[in-house]
Amino acid sequence: MGLVVYFAVFIAILFTVRGGALRSVYFGDVFWSADAWRSLLKGFRINIEVFLWSEAIVLVWALIVALVRLLPNRACAPIRLVATAYCDLFRAVPAVLVILIINFGFQRARLPILERFTPKQYAILALVLVYGAYVAEVYRSGIESIHASQGAAARSLGLSYGQTLRYVIVPQAVRRVIPPLLNDFIGLQKDTALIFSIGVLEVLSRARFINNSRATFTGYTMAALLFVLITIPMTRFVERLQRRDQARMRAG
Amino acid sequence: MAYLEVEGVHKRFGTNEVLRGVDLDVDTHQVVCLIGASGSGKSTLLRCVNALEDIQGGEIRLGGERVSGRGIDVNALRKDVGIVFQSFNLFPHMTVLRNVTLGPTKVLGRPAVMVEDRAMQLLCRIGLEEKAQEYPDRLSGGQQQRVAIVRALAMEPQLLLLDEITSALDPELVAEVLNIVRQLAEEGMTMVIATHEMGFAREVATKVCFLHEGVVHEEASPAELFGDPQRDRTRAFLRSITEAGRL
Repeated sequence: MGLVVYFAVFIAILFTVRGGALRSVYFGDVFWSADAWRSLLKGFRINIEVFLWSEAIVLVWALIVALVRLLPNRACAPIRLVATAYCDLFRAVPAVLVILIINFGFQRARLPILERFTPKQYAILALVLVYGAYVAEVYRSGIESIHASQGAAARSLGLSYGQTLRYVIVPQAVRRVIPPLLNDFIGLQKDTALIFSIGVLEVLSRARFINNSRATFTGYTMAALLFVLITIPMTRFVERLQRRDQARMRAG
Repeated sequence: MAYLEVEGVHKRFGTNEVLRGVDLDVDTHQVVCLIGASGSGKSTLLRCVNALEDIQGGEIRLGGERVSGRGIDVNALRKDVGIVFQSFNLFPHMTVLRNVTLGPTKVLGRPAVMVEDRAMQLLCRIGLEEKAQEYPDRLSGGQQQRVAIVRALAMEPQLLLLDEITSALDPELVAEVLNIVRQLAEEGMTMVIATHEMGFAREVATKVCFLHEGVVHEEASPAELFGDPQRDRTRAFLRSITEAGRL
């Protein structure tokens, strides 16, 4: 329902501003071309594939980084420092730069195993590294927000540090960080478009191709629409899951 | 030899010295009540016994074995010593039953079926068997605290520490929690109870210790300590409690 409203507003703007000048630029005839859509969808499948792989790996990788950053022991200071430096570094460098650096650098450097990666796999690696740094910070803040008394209660039962994290702290922390986590995943979903920069034929490169061959910008509109169509339902879906989980635990 | 021996224990938080050489002996089947003003170190002492806080001086022994300081297995210690907290600290993302079974299954490695049977028995005992599949937030404070007691009991501890377990409860919910503690005392559970409920302490305690400025200032049987306190500080404390209508 919400989607229809968004779309109506979008169309209304296109047709009214400057007597429809925008319409011809962003909403040309190619919008109704089935071939164009087919081509874009073929590219968009790659975006989704890259997104799903990256997201799955990020969820695990970022948790590991967060847990390393929170290791309590003084002896763990060096490895903690490495994790902190990783987060700082990869949040500072623009994602598109990381993608370029890893793709072209790792190919050229002939690294063992890594040199045999396809550009798509380099892209997944780069996005995992960038978003892993963000998501690790989200996890970390979630874990730190669980009151120490929960840890004390778990430890007092005889649970080890690891068991306390696994059964008591992390499950509560993850529930608490779902909204910011969702934010990062929408960001990740959108940033899959950056991999056009290393020559992967995903949706943005195909949109540019459409634009160039038809002298229009409608390809961009169409690509944008695909991102909207997938992101908004995903958001609602996660929100519903979260509400159901909360309703289960709250007083009724 | 006492089951729990606390000897000259010092605990500092930064520059704030909360425990300044506490001595305390607790025999098996004894119920020891710790009384004293807020900040006198009652809770801190209990947390030190359970190794939730490390100590800076002195020694704690359980059944003759040192359980404080370096090189001890805190998880092994905690299998024998249960603690119930003022704020319940149930795990909000787990059902009541899971709260109770987590320790026995994960720490003692017992089969889930057996543990659940036992947990249900314990929940029956406190009249909460119908709440087994509920989440803690759906329970009243008194119910939550009773579950917290059962969670500790499910580990079959040798010693139970109760840290002001009725202080966060509405007055009308205090009795249901104290009744369970009373039953445990009758069954011979060894307990150390930090409390502001003087009437209760007088009734169930085999020994009452008055903590003041980080030491056990006076200890005696409840009849003696409440009836004929020997030291000025103790008298002053009991007088203020009486004036507040809490004794």
